[in-house]
Amino acid sequence: MKVQKGIIIENKCISDNIYKLSVEYQGKIIPGQFFMLKTLDNSFLLPRPISVNDVNEKSINFLYRIEGIGTTKISTLKKNDKLQLFGPLGNGFEEDKLNGQIAVIGGGIGIAPLLYLTKILGKKADVYLGYKEKVYIDDEFKKYANSTTIVTEDGSIGEKGFVTDYVDFCKYDTVVTCGPEIMMNKIVDKCKENKVKCYVSLERRMACGMGVCLGCTVETIYGNKKACKDGPVFSSEEII
Amino acid sequence: MANLKTKVMGIEFKNPILAASGTFGFGEEYSQIYDISILGGICSKGLTLNPKQGNKGTRLWETPMGLINSIGLQNPGVDIFIKEELPKMKSFNTIIIANLGGNTEEEYLEGISKLNNTDVDLIELNISCPNVKSGGMAFGVKSDIAHKIVSKVKKNCNKPLMVKLSPNAENISEMAIACEAAGADSISLINTVKAMAIDIKKRKPVFDNIYAGLSGPCVKPIALRMVHEVVKSVNIPVCGLGGIMSSRDVIEFIMVGATLVQIGTSNFIKPDIAVDIIDGVSEFMDIEGINSLDEIRGII
Repeated sequence: MKVQKGIIIENKCISDNIYKLSVEYQGKIIPGQFFMLKTLDNSFLLPRPISVNDVNEKSINFLYRIEGIGTTKISTLKKNDKLQLFGPLGNGFEEDKLNGQIAVIGGGIGIAPLLYLTKILGKKADVYLGYKEKVYIDDEFKKYANSTTIVTEDGSIGEKGFVTDYVDFCKYDTVVTCGPEIMMNKIVDKCKENKVKCYVSLERRMACGMGVCLGCTVETIYGNKKACKDGPVFSSEEII
Repeated sequence: MANLKTKVMGIEFKNPILAASGTFGFGEEYSQIYDISILGGICSKGLTLNPKQGNKGTRLWETPMGLINSIGLQNPGVDIFIKEELPKMKSFNTIIIANLGGNTEEEYLEGISKLNNTDVDLIELNISCPNVKSGGMAFGVKSDIAHKIVSKVKKNCNKPLMVKLSPNAENISEMAIACEAAGADSISLINTVKAMAIDIKKRKPVFDNIYAGLSGPCVKPIALRMVHEVVKSVNIPVCGLGGIMSSRDVIEFIMVGATLVQIGTSNFIKPDIAVDIIDGVSEFMDIEGINSLDEIRGII
């Protein structure tokens, strides 16, 4: 991990308030890892933790949703602009622990880190994507997934309702998820019920991104852990 | 090239720039990003006698140019610090400062007695944390209480003692004078400013403890004023901190009389910022023809 200036290849809006940012980068990244991103001016204070959406030979992609001043400012950056790039950070998904039949379940902007994982898994995973109404990057998942199920709350695209309603949990040995807490809680419960191994990628407020500030605490059966350094990916069994 | 060496309290610092407690862990993470031996010193994460889990609920909140934290002194405790963290810190080839907090007089004294027998170069006594319910800042608000605790600690401490003051003290100069009279070898200030944030959707305070500590560039003008006041009130060295983001900020603190400075929140903003700051101070001195920081220290 190092602090560097990344040159922007592309930063475009792909759906309501959802942006895809491509930055020049070369280096090893584990699916589920994230970078701390910041504009080079002082228009906001703390870098924003954004998960890696995809990795190419000479670039990385991020998918982010405009939430506040930080992501708003980042969204104004253009091709060839530079931004502060610090990472890769965190413990991602450990591929060798993802065994048997695998379900990858994402909700909202939580689908972001799951694309690179699905790509690495190489047609091994069934992917379930839940959106409110508008659907994005589903085509990219289709390239790498064994199967893809799209669910929207209003049923305007794909199935109607919540993504959790369309997963037959007893079919799987391993479930990987990232998305709204309410969705992940349901998935964790279902996995427990069906004795399925489950890995969750958690989102927390963080300042340093590397285990120093102790702001992103996750309570686990082993005591306080740090979402940034010990996670963001945790086995659901260890989280309280 | 300018000479940044600073000898104070019998300790020679490579330069006056230290990493502030609570923003640098025990140095290990930052050592993976840059050579942290360039620092004048490192203040450990705030320690308490026994391990502490810290506060529940939201711990961080960003404000315009500020950060409010309610970590609550989560730390492994003095014994584990001595056994596991200190040996690693000593390998970083810089001055090691143990930051010690506590809830009771007994806790402070027992912590000091354990740290006395270690390779720690200096002890920074935290009487100013706003994020623990009992004790903590209570020692750092009233001068007579601060005098009592610092006197007892100093009598039992065989290391140089720096007392970290709270901007929430009733009178910052009186507080510094009381600490000096109690035997403090130096003063550091400011710790975070007692603050508050509201989650308007939940219609309640963001932090479980309601109040928390504000740091970052928004507190710098307050810190600078307080350091200016304290420097004029005491005869012991003063370490200035609060919102330092650049070499220019460091020069400002030196000009109001700080002997040492600490970089805090900005470590989170740009993890290798100390490199820029140290280079920037050196460059400023070269451009301005300043051979030693003594030439500009306290000129304001």
